[in-house]
Amino acid sequence: MQVKIIKLLIVSIIIFIIGVFFISLDKNTSYDTKGLEGQILKNIKLEHFKENKFITEKYLKKNDFTLINFWASWCGPCRLEHPFLLKLKNEKNLKLIGVNFKDKKNSAINFLNDHGDPYHELAKDEFGKYSINFGIYGIPESILVNKNLVIIKKFIGPISENDYIYIKETIKK
Amino acid sequence: MLSSIGSSLLFINILLGITIILFSLQNLNDGKNLINKKIYHICVFQNTLIIICFFTLVSAFIFSDFSLITVYQNSHSLKPIFYKITGTWGNHEGSLLLWVIILTIFSFFFLLYNKDHPKKYRIYTLIIQNILIIGFLLFLLFSSNPFSIISPTPKEGLGLNPILQDPALAIHPPLLYIGFVGSSIYFSAAIASLLTGYSGKLFALSIKNWVLISWSFQTLGILTGSIWAYYELGWGGFWFWDPVENASLLPWFAMTALIHSLIVLEKRNLFYFWTIILCLLTFILSVTGTFLVRSGILNSVHTFANDPARGLNILIFLTLMILFSVLLLFKKFKSNNYNLNSNSKETFILVNNWFMMFYLITVLLGTVYPIFTEVLNNSKISVGPPFYNSVIIPILILFLFFMSIGPQAKWIKNQFNNLKLLAIILTGGIIINFLIIYFFKSHNILSSFIIISSLFLIISSLKDTIELIENKNFNFARVISHIAFGFLILSIGLNYNFSLEKDFNLKLGETQKFKSYLIKFESLQLKDFKNYKAVIGEFKISNSQNNSELFLNPEIRIYENPSTLTYEASIRSGLLKDYYITMSNIDRSDYYNIKFQKKPFMIWIWISVIFISLGGFLRVFKNASKNY
Repeated sequence: MQVKIIKLLIVSIIIFIIGVFFISLDKNTSYDTKGLEGQILKNIKLEHFKENKFITEKYLKKNDFTLINFWASWCGPCRLEHPFLLKLKNEKNLKLIGVNFKDKKNSAINFLNDHGDPYHELAKDEFGKYSINFGIYGIPESILVNKNLVIIKKFIGPISENDYIYIKETIKK
Repeated sequence: MLSSIGSSLLFINILLGITIILFSLQNLNDGKNLINKKIYHICVFQNTLIIICFFTLVSAFIFSDFSLITVYQNSHSLKPIFYKITGTWGNHEGSLLLWVIILTIFSFFFLLYNKDHPKKYRIYTLIIQNILIIGFLLFLLFSSNPFSIISPTPKEGLGLNPILQDPALAIHPPLLYIGFVGSSIYFSAAIASLLTGYSGKLFALSIKNWVLISWSFQTLGILTGSIWAYYELGWGGFWFWDPVENASLLPWFAMTALIHSLIVLEKRNLFYFWTIILCLLTFILSVTGTFLVRSGILNSVHTFANDPARGLNILIFLTLMILFSVLLLFKKFKSNNYNLNSNSKETFILVNNWFMMFYLITVLLGTVYPIFTEVLNNSKISVGPPFYNSVIIPILILFLFFMSIGPQAKWIKNQFNNLKLLAIILTGGIIINFLIIYFFKSHNILSSFIIISSLFLIISSLKDTIELIENKNFNFARVISHIAFGFLILSIGLNYNFSLEKDFNLKLGETQKFKSYLIKFESLQLKDFKNYKAVIGEFKISNSQNNSELFLNPEIRIYENPSTLTYEASIRSGLLKDYYITMSNIDRSDYYNIKFQKKPFMIWIWISVIFISLGGFLRVFKNASKNY
């Protein structure tokens, strides 16, 4: 009897461990986006692209909504989302911050001259250091934040027509 | 072209594995005592093909055939030929192919070198091992095929991560794999032993050398990884308690326990089931480690394959392996009552096993704990060095004491020789410890205990050596490993306690004073190398204590493919201490961040580990010369 209990115990421990491993396999794939939404951004510090200053929480708190967009001139898909960003620029409740990611300064300026500048503020992240805090692992990615610095949505990949509509509807509320 | 050769070779190997199993099953019932020659021939064929398959991949790397995804992602045409070759196993797919090769080669040699053992036992081992081989081949072929093609063929590859372009790291994976994949053979043998009832002393004899070989290689594999971390990762540490390092350490603990319990099984025919459990555990831990690292559920420096789909396949394989071995063990398990004398050698070896299990469980817990908290509690935590240091170090002191006393005990008998001598040795250790404190002018209680206990181990093992020589017994394997282990702990202890470190910013031409050292930033130059550019600094370190001077040249390397910055430490190794300096640039400033370290007895850590594994190799040679 005692032996049986021990055997049962060992088998259940093993199954438990394997079960946890199994669940964590699944968790990891969806971790980055789902984990971020609903969380509050803290300790924001973004280096300004041109001026010698930092963009911080204060700026975000002034706006009803802020869209932080991570982009680079070398990034192909960034061109796809660019028209939507330009359209969003004219929305009343929304400000756009661009974070120029691992890019050369001149190429970035040329890119904005050629395609138009959708950003109210432009920051730079030459070495991809600051973007880590936003959970960025590839660009383009964008984060929609409200006044209270809560992340409403994270967009991985270029902003699509549907995303554009989603953003428009969200900021109207 | 290479792709189809490679893939078909993998496929043929699966068929060969199946053929071997079928032939073996047939051969079991033919009533003869010899294994059919055909089986040997197929095994030779199997080995030849898998090696050809491996060289197909190597040549794809050498000739930069970027039509293979693996080559495209991990190589570059301008890379030095040496790193093109070593790039073969510097990635997930290639390293798994290496894994299968070791499974196959070990399978064949085990069959070949165990002719004295019964046919049934050997055949069963062969069958189980081939099931493992087929399992891994299927995994290789369907979810990590190194011969997958990419279309259109890229003109240039992405290059191997520069920090992996390193001689120590080139030999690190093969060494480590011989270690923990090698443990598969005694996993198979243990299952075969349970199935056929071939147990006791003879079973111990059949796997002894294999355990020693894999253990010695595992030790060297861990060492090369550690050396690499020391000079490449740039902060002067050599062990980080990183999940991957832990993954290599877990099977090592199990193997070390196994080596010792095998001695008891061989000499006294005790602990049979315990030994079997250790055999099974070692390989299971190896696969678990692979799962943890390759599935990406743990973050670590070995991030080459974060693919949950792969993870799932390994997990299924692992589950089958564990459940099968546990159920089989339950079915065959008979409880035995051991009558051990409390001061006999058997008891002390059992004590060694307890300690090993303690370390194993500690490290395992520390490694998987973050996964559990995340799944059960949704909180992210990380377990770092403070946990391991505070749990392991105090217990290590006890362990070293037992390790010193244990070998003095006799088989069966409940008696000790030379208790007085041991007391004298212990006193000697304490005196030396006070001398060390006196010379280094710093101390703390824990490190004193570590130093005393490791000295105790070293001196008492030296005493054993003298006795061995007096008795004309030249089997030094055990004493070499034990003395080296004592030296390892001693050097780590001294290193840990008496290292000096200083961080500062310097401009060209400036000087920094630190204790008795003056560090001057003398010059800076840019040099072009084949696959990178380097900014090389020259620093003059002068010591006012003994008026010595030395120059160190740390580098910042700029690699093009893939474009990466790496910081190369400049190290002057000496018998007593290492000087270690790294430099890194600070954005938009003329200043460089400098990290200067003085690390005593560093080289002795490496030397000790080499000697630990040497002990294992010596024992293998000794056994081999005895048997043949």
